[in-house]
This record gives sequence, C-alpha cells and structure tokens, in this order.
Amino acid sequence: MTGNTNLHEEPSYLIDTGKRKGIMAWLTTTDHKRIGLLYLWSIMVFFIVGGILGETMRTELFKPGQQFYGPQTYNAIFTLHGLIMIFLIVIPGLSVVFGNFVMPIMIGANDVAFPRLNLFAWYLYILGAAVVVISQFTGNGPPDTGWTFYAPYSTQTHTNVIAAVSGAFILGFSSILTGINFIVTIHRLRTPGMGFFKMPLLPWAIYATAWIQVLATPVIGITLLMIIAERMFHIGFFDPALGGDPVLYQHLFWIYSHPAVYIMILPAMGVITEIIPTFCQKQIYGYKAIAISSLAIAGVGYFVWGHHMFTSGMSKEAIWTFSLLTFLVAVPSAIKVFNWVATMYKGSIDLKPPLLYAIAFIFLFSIGGLTGLIQGALATDIQVHDTSFVVAHFHYIIFGGVGFAFLGAIHYWYPKMFGRMYNIRVANVAWGFLFIGFNLLYFPQFIIGIEGMPRRYFDYLPQFTWAQQISTIGGYILGIGFIILIVNLFRKNGAKATSNPWGGKTFEWQLPSPPPMENFATPPAVPDNPYDYD
Amino acid sequence: MTTEVKHITEYPVYAKVLIGLLVLTTFTILVPWLDLTAFTALIALVLASTKAGIVMTYFMHLKVEYILLKILVIMVLAIYVSVIILTFSDYIFR
Amino acid sequence: MDHIEMQRDDVGAKLGMWVFIFTEILLFGGLFLVYAVMRHRYTADFHQASLQLNTFIGALNTVVLLISSMTVAMSITAVQKKDKRMATILLCITLLCAVIFLVDKYFEWGHKISMTLYPGTDLMQSLKHGYILFFSLYFFMTGLHMLHLVIGAVILVIALTKVRMGLINDEHYVLLENGGLYWHLVDLIWIFLFPLLYLVT
Repeated sequence: MTGNTNLHEEPSYLIDTGKRKGIMAWLTTTDHKRIGLLYLWSIMVFFIVGGILGETMRTELFKPGQQFYGPQTYNAIFTLHGLIMIFLIVIPGLSVVFGNFVMPIMIGANDVAFPRLNLFAWYLYILGAAVVVISQFTGNGPPDTGWTFYAPYSTQTHTNVIAAVSGAFILGFSSILTGINFIVTIHRLRTPGMGFFKMPLLPWAIYATAWIQVLATPVIGITLLMIIAERMFHIGFFDPALGGDPVLYQHLFWIYSHPAVYIMILPAMGVITEIIPTFCQKQIYGYKAIAISSLAIAGVGYFVWGHHMFTSGMSKEAIWTFSLLTFLVAVPSAIKVFNWVATMYKGSIDLKPPLLYAIAFIFLFSIGGLTGLIQGALATDIQVHDTSFVVAHFHYIIFGGVGFAFLGAIHYWYPKMFGRMYNIRVANVAWGFLFIGFNLLYFPQFIIGIEGMPRRYFDYLPQFTWAQQISTIGGYILGIGFIILIVNLFRKNGAKATSNPWGGKTFEWQLPSPPPMENFATPPAVPDNPYDYD
Repeated sequence: MTTEVKHITEYPVYAKVLIGLLVLTTFTILVPWLDLTAFTALIALVLASTKAGIVMTYFMHLKVEYILLKILVIMVLAIYVSVIILTFSDYIFR
Repeated sequence: MDHIEMQRDDVGAKLGMWVFIFTEILLFGGLFLVYAVMRHRYTADFHQASLQLNTFIGALNTVVLLISSMTVAMSITAVQKKDKRMATILLCITLLCAVIFLVDKYFEWGHKISMTLYPGTDLMQSLKHGYILFFSLYFFMTGLHMLHLVIGAVILVIALTKVRMGLINDEHYVLLENGGLYWHLVDLIWIFLFPLLYLVT
C-alpha cells in the first residue's frame, strides 16, 4: 500500500483531549467525525420510534376493521411516521452522517469549511425534532394531514399543524446550512492536487445533493410559512373561498419535495459506488459517467415535480411536459445501475455484509425505479394514483434504496468509525431477515394497489386480507432483522480493526481506525485514479 | 485554489453606479404613465432586472469575482426561471 | 473548542455567503411565483388594488435603499484604504437609511391597518378575491422583506462595532463584505417588489 505516512500515533478522535470530558466534549465538538456520530445516534433513536409506529400500523391492518386503535389515531400515526422518517431520517440521513464522517477525509481535508456552523446545524436539527415532538402533545391533538400537509385540509383541520410545520421549517434551515457547508468544503478544501475529477464518487454525490438542499429547501420554507400565515391570518393563497388555489400549494410543495427524493437517494448512490469497487477489487466502471450523472439527476430532478400531480386538475400541456421530463430523469439513474453491474463483472467478488446491502440496493432500487415509470406514464398513473402501489414504490426507493444503502454504509465504515469489527456471520443473518422481510412487507402492496387498495386507509375490503397479512408478517420479520443488526453492532467484543480491513483505496483507509482528531498530519498524495485496483 | 486578491473600487465608480440606478428608477416610475398596456409589466421587469444586474455586477463585485461564481449565479437564475416557466405551463393552459 | 484552528479562507467565507444568498433568492422566488400566478388570474383586480398603495412612499424607499447600498459598498473601500472614520460615517448613513425605510413602512402599514385593510378582517373578507390576494401578498412580501432588512441592519451594526474596535481592518474585512452582500440582497428584492406591488397597471 502506498502513502501510509498518515499512520501516526495521535490519540483517536473518540478520546477526549480537550478541556471538556464525556458528554460535554461531544455536545461542544466541532470535529466533523464526532458531529457525524451525533447525527448517527440521533437518527438511530428517531428511526426506532418511526419503525415502531410503522409496526403498529401493520398490526392494526392485520385484519379488516378496528383492532386496537381508531381511524383518527391511525391518521395521526401515519402522519408522525411520515414526518419522522422523511424529515428526521432520510432527508438528512446519509448526507449528514457519512457526508460529515468520511467526505472531508476522502478529499484529504481536516474538517469541513465551517465547523461551528456544522455543529449549529445539528442543534437546529435537534430543535426541529423537538418541535415536531411537541406538536404531538400540544394544541388540539397531533396533526392528521400526512407528511405532505396538503392544503386546504392542512389550513382547516383543528389539529396542531402550526407546530409540526414550524418543526419542518427549522429542519429545512438545518439542511440548508449543511448544504452550504458541504459545497464550500468541496470547493475550497480539496487537498492540493485533487481536481474535481480525481475526487472519489461519494463526495461527488454529496456535492450534487448539497446543491439540491440549497436550491430546493427554501421553496418549502416559504411554503410552510404560507401555511402558518394561512392558518393564523387567512391570507387565502390556497383557499378557494378567498380566491386562492390549492393546486398552487401542490406545485410549491413538490418543487421542493420531489428534489428532496434526490436529496435522499443521491448520497445512497454515492455510498454504493464506494462499496462495490472495494468488494470487487476492481476499478469503477465509467467514473466520469457516474460523476456527471449525479449532477444530471440533481439538475433534471428539479424539473419533474409535476408528476405527483397528474390527477390534481393540472393542465394537459403541463402533464405531458412533466411526464416527458420524468422519463428523462430515469436515464442518468439507469446509467448508474449499469455502471455498478459492469464494475462487478469479472471482479473478485467478496460477499461481505456491505456488498450484500449494495446488491440488495441495486435489486430493490431497480424495482422501485421501474415501478416509478408506471406512475410516470399518464394512463397507468390514473389507475395506481393514491393506492398502496404508490406506498410500495415509495418504500422500495426510500427504504429499499436509501435505507439499505445506509445499512451498507454503516457496515462498511463501522470499523473506521469505532476501531472494532462486528460479527460478520451475524450481520449476514440480519441482512437475510431484512431482505426477506422487506420484500414480504412491500411487494404484496403493489398487487393490491393495482387492484384498488387506497393508501392511508385505516380499513379495507376483505379481499385484500391475504396481502395485508403477508405484509404484516413481513413487517415483523423486518423488525427481527433490525433487532439482530442493532445487537450485533452494539456488542463490544469484536476484534480490533486494522486500518484497512476491506482493502479500500480511498483516503479514509490510509488513516488508523479510528482516525486521529486531526485527520492528516501531512497532505496525502493524490492518486490519478481514486479506484486504482489494477 | 483561488486566493483572495484585493480589489479596491474607488468611490466615484460607486457614485456613478448610483446615478445610473436612480435614472432607471425614474424610468420605472414613469413607465405606467406611458400607458403601454400589455407591455408595461414586461418593461417594468426588464428595468428591474437591469437594475438588479447592475447591483450584482458593481455593488456585489461580481465583475471582479472568479468565473465559477458568475457561472453559479447564472445557473441559479436559470433554474428559477425554468421553474416559473414550468409552473406556467399549467396556469396558462388551464 | 477542542479542535484545531482552521486556516483562514476569505474566498470560502464569501462563497458560503453567496450560496446563502442563492437560498434567499429562492425563498423569495417561491413568493414571487405565488404573486405571478395570482396576478395572472386576477390581472384587473391587482391593478385596481395597487392604486391603494402610495407610490411616493414606495419610490422614496427605493431611493433610500439604493443610497444605502452605495454607502455600504463604499465603506468596504474605506476600510481597504484604512480610513476608519470614513468607514464609520458610511456605515452610519447606511443604518440611518434602514431607519428611514422602517419609519416609512410604519406609516404605510399603519395607514392600512387603521383602515382595517389587512388579512383576516371583515373588510378584507368583503372585498373581491383579487383584492384580498393582493393585500395578503403585499403584507406577506413586504413583511418578509422587512424582516430581512432588520437582520441585515443587525449584521451591519456588528460590523460597525468591529470596525470601531479595529477587528475589521484592511487585512480582515470579510465580515463587512458578507454583511454588505446581505444588505445588497435586501436591496435586490426591493428592486423587484417596488414595481410589482406599487406600479401594477
């Protein structure tokens, strides 16, 4: 291995060297690695809450009719499930955890451009989360609008929408600050000699993501402010009784929330692009195509929001335009999938847990992506709109895609983060439970969706019972998988990790595990090709 | 890596820019009196965009900034204009 | 802070400010989009309603903001030339302009509010749809703009204090530059708000 000058004997970033010790040292840290872990812990806590909420919904849906809670509670629970999973987990998700932990190391930097702003963004994130939690217990009961806050219902329901919307606004602000930080970091702090096209591909993905965060989030910010003003002052922008237009809300909402899907998925694609070459010990296929397709997805993804609104009463001309653009955005996504598969071709494949997750990602993401085209096509969308087909599609992309990539990333960088290995056989078993449980849970929803099972319904016709029961059982298997996974990662008896347990080529594998507080004593030598395995 | 170069813009330059902006403001106020009906809004927007361009070029120093920043500004404005056009692909034909 | 001090990077700091300005442009962009759609639907009403606004006050505020933009830009030149006194005077003029703007707005809003012409009142509910939306937009847009103006003024007060203390000098003035950039953004938004709200015909 070359360039190991950085295996110096500094204390690791996990050991407190400053004035403050213990929890205070963590809460006042400006180190990007520690902030990455702060995000990881917070996201894990929220994920457990959101997951339990999901399991209760599955249990409620096991049989037709009411099992143990009523329709209003069901509405509140799917709203909270959506709020937590979307705004607290997958939108920040990979970008804040791994963007913070490994991205600066990958570009040879010692930290992000604005370390204190980075910590401030985490506090904003926690504040936003707290406000969302408060919205559940104050006012006239928890919001029941769904995570989309569609007007005019969200401007009229008696539940506590204002607090939930304010929470989402604060979370958006946090996301913007992180985006600014990463853009400036990648522009200014690349180590001398590292041009944009010598960067590894995760920083590329983070960079594209950061631009969407910066350019799309303000639109939802202003829209949420309008919802608050609408409820407090009756400004009438979205209220037909005052001349407003509810469809305008949908436009504004999706101008952000569609690009937000790419905020979620782009870093996931970046992670997969890191994992595959390492475990196939092979040069990534089509480096430039992958790098540029990240930007292309970010760019085109900004202009496809209308495909959420085909049945809203939008003009035919707009519908055609958005349908066409939607099909266009499938092209760069497919380019990535082909490149990953081509990288694996004739590689020396080592089926370790990170690669298992990466392969599951490709499989599930492809199903999610292809079913997306069914909804992008106008005629078929009319049939499946607002059915559980959409629920299945969405979860295949966001859970099967982003979620599995997140788990893959944890298993990939875990030795680097904590300096220990985990039990690989147990990790494989957990993967098996997750993969089988996931497909049992969501695939039947495609079928009953086409047959007409609406989404967000508390009750259903008896003919859908078989599928709902398979889904619920799948949900429990998934839950067991998560318990195994978490227990495995928390057991502290793993062997000490070497600096490069997987044989990776990017800079983080040249540092000790865990890395020292100051990443690089001397700037690392930049290879011409970040994935030089030949 | 781009490093900071100190650019000093002299006071008279700013004064001239301000005079230019004030002249354009006068035009802006006078346009509605000309009663050009359909074109009034268009002219008002063109004048406002010109003023905004001048403020960005001189007051915000885009003139002497590095090329990348100029490209980014143009990209952001292009994205915003595209968003407006796409939204109006709904409202114009509805 | 238990972390090593980063190398100072003024270009990076300014890039960060620019990217933040992009987000502000899109924040107001969403609002301008609402304006465009509503004006498209209620063109005649918007014209009638805008006659209620006082063009003189609007124009006065435009001039005030343009002057303040110039003085804040000049204050950077003054700092670069180590002319602390001039920088102080120019920043004080800028802040004075901000106060004049707010006083104007106080009278303008006060007049509307005394007529109960603001969102939620019975008078508003009785008006035509286009009127309601116009005045809602008027209060929302100018209100949000005013908030940004106050934030900008606070940043400039901080910059002014640092200029007095010598912390902003001909070597370190990126904070003043960034405060100036933000102030110009406030001006930029008003450049569009003024014709769209006061001069609609």
